[in-house]
Amino acid sequence: MVTKEKMDISQQKRDWENNTLKKTLDKSPERRERFITTSSRPIARLYTPTDIANLDYDRDLSFPGQYPYTRGVYPTMYRGRLWTMRMFAGFGTAEQTNERYRYLLEQGQTGLSVAFHLPTIQGLDSDDPMATGEIGVCGVAIDSLADMEILFSGIPLDKVTTSMTINAPAAILLCLYIAAAEKQGVSSTQIGGTIQNDILKEYQAQKTWIFPPDPSMRIITNILEFCTKKVPRWNTISISGYHIREAGSTAVQELAFTLANGLTYVQAGVDAGLAVDDFAPRLSFFFDSHLDLFEEIAKFRAARRIWAREIRERFNAEKRGSYLLRFHTQTAGVSLTAQQPENNIIRTTLQALAAVLGGTQSLHTNSMDEAWALPTEKAATIALRTQQILAHESGVANTIDPLGGAYFVEALTDEMEEEVYKYFDRIEKLGGVVEAIKKGFFQREISDSAFRYQRETEEKERIIVGVNEYLTDDRLEIPVLKIDPEVEKTQLARLQRTRKSRNNNKVEQLLNRLQKAAEGTENLLPHILAAVREYATVGEVCNALRDVYGEYQEPIIF
Amino acid sequence: MTESERKIRVLVAKPGLDGHDRGAKVVARALRDAGFEVIYTGLRQTPEQVAEAALQEDVDVIGLSILSGAHMRLFPEIMKLLKEKGIDDVLVIAGGIIPEEDIKPLKKMGIKAIFGPGTPTTEIVEYIRKKIR
Repeated sequence: MVTKEKMDISQQKRDWENNTLKKTLDKSPERRERFITTSSRPIARLYTPTDIANLDYDRDLSFPGQYPYTRGVYPTMYRGRLWTMRMFAGFGTAEQTNERYRYLLEQGQTGLSVAFHLPTIQGLDSDDPMATGEIGVCGVAIDSLADMEILFSGIPLDKVTTSMTINAPAAILLCLYIAAAEKQGVSSTQIGGTIQNDILKEYQAQKTWIFPPDPSMRIITNILEFCTKKVPRWNTISISGYHIREAGSTAVQELAFTLANGLTYVQAGVDAGLAVDDFAPRLSFFFDSHLDLFEEIAKFRAARRIWAREIRERFNAEKRGSYLLRFHTQTAGVSLTAQQPENNIIRTTLQALAAVLGGTQSLHTNSMDEAWALPTEKAATIALRTQQILAHESGVANTIDPLGGAYFVEALTDEMEEEVYKYFDRIEKLGGVVEAIKKGFFQREISDSAFRYQRETEEKERIIVGVNEYLTDDRLEIPVLKIDPEVEKTQLARLQRTRKSRNNNKVEQLLNRLQKAAEGTENLLPHILAAVREYATVGEVCNALRDVYGEYQEPIIF
Repeated sequence: MTESERKIRVLVAKPGLDGHDRGAKVVARALRDAGFEVIYTGLRQTPEQVAEAALQEDVDVIGLSILSGAHMRLFPEIMKLLKEKGIDDVLVIAGGIIPEEDIKPLKKMGIKAIFGPGTPTTEIVEYIRKKIR
């Protein structure tokens, strides 16, 4: 619909370009020939109503809490309830992390988020040779229910919700959480939280897979089915763009690949015989918030609109909760610089602002020292305060989707949506997400973008303060968290005690039963739960499954 | 082919349990573009696997990339195994998240250079050219 007024504006814009603008450009050219976002997207000098001439308010934006949710998933958004300030934390032993959680809850944090150490993430026990040097370093060491009981000691699991960043062994950690809750007298129907459980992006980007894609997808559908019946308040998959972005993708690739993965999980659930409205409401998303403020805001808005349309129209979902895209955001770890680390506080603030202007449901803000190590308590507190200042002092939470209708933001939202559909077509032509993974498509796309970003930065097409411009003496001036070498000893001792004090015959029996189930088609979750209740370890459960499924080998692409 | 025409051979190795291969791959590609022969090990290589790959591939340079924080346990092991296998003429360099205070002990055990976050890839290329020719 091109109205007279809109034609007038495009004419006026040309006049402006030929007269006012030209005079200025003749005298002083712009700083650069092209202006690009963090994702190398060219940005125009000016956006006007002509850039959103095709925008239909009712169809494309509508109202908050109304399809297609572009302006937000809830009718009152932050006026009703602020986003959940959920800081990801975990290091050392379960005792140390438990102490940090209690501190964060006292500081006004409203949900927990567990970072596991790498051996747990890879389904290895702390005494595995591969775990050398990694115990408690990148997260908390969890080998068995004994650790899990300590991790949540004094934290009522019927009151707090917990997000667990765990993927390949997600089923095991969920069962451990259920078992820990049972020890507190809390049933699985009362607990709430999230497991990341997004294996597709592991093959694409984060690379902490264990089993090959096909059995991994089977385990995920088992989780969907089990939780629908037994853990109804649990978010079963946190479909994650974060790691795709951190591995070097552009904003559009993050958006496209994440949504494609999400649609793949929904299809898998439907193929397994589940009704879309029974499990789709428990799917949530997890995005990165990078430095380019407007591109990020547009990304979040486009995400809601695409998901709503696809789930309602492609899968015929009827429940509102099925097609409403709720998401967690983390600020971009990859944007933190090791140089002049205090500057990272400002970077994180901008990224948190983008997440809030984009309508996030929960947020983790990175600490300034995270280019070096896990955060110190002081650095983590500043990061939480950043969110509180945004929420209470900046005024950005007073109105819903404040940038809705902005020519630039709406044009970007549309442009990104179009590009996402182009990627959907390419993925479909490759035979879908799983086939495209086996062909190395995502891995190649992401490493190309990462390499382009590096080249542009080295050529100073973009300035990174303290890295390629405004350099100062590089010496680090902030304290960095060190993991006490005692952590390893404590952890290994507890693991040994656990193996001695449990009923080993029973554990072996239960692991054998799990293997039988894995060879057949039965749901694995009840078997895993039975085994971990008897203190079977993460490594033992994973090894039982490794024997059946084998391990994935990735195609090497660089 | 004379000795001087032989391409510089680099093993880019990824010890540690983390899956952060962005840096390793960007460097591998930059080295390849600079005309080096690059072999990338893939993720989660044990010290034994790294040393064995260096031997089998007859490389001039080993670039170790690690972001998990386990470098002070894994790097000494790799250096020890290289020595045991008689690989003492290879230039070993490293990159990733390696705190300032670890640099000195790592250099003492024979890791010649450590390239931290934000290093331009051109700097790594120049360094290798200077050391190998």
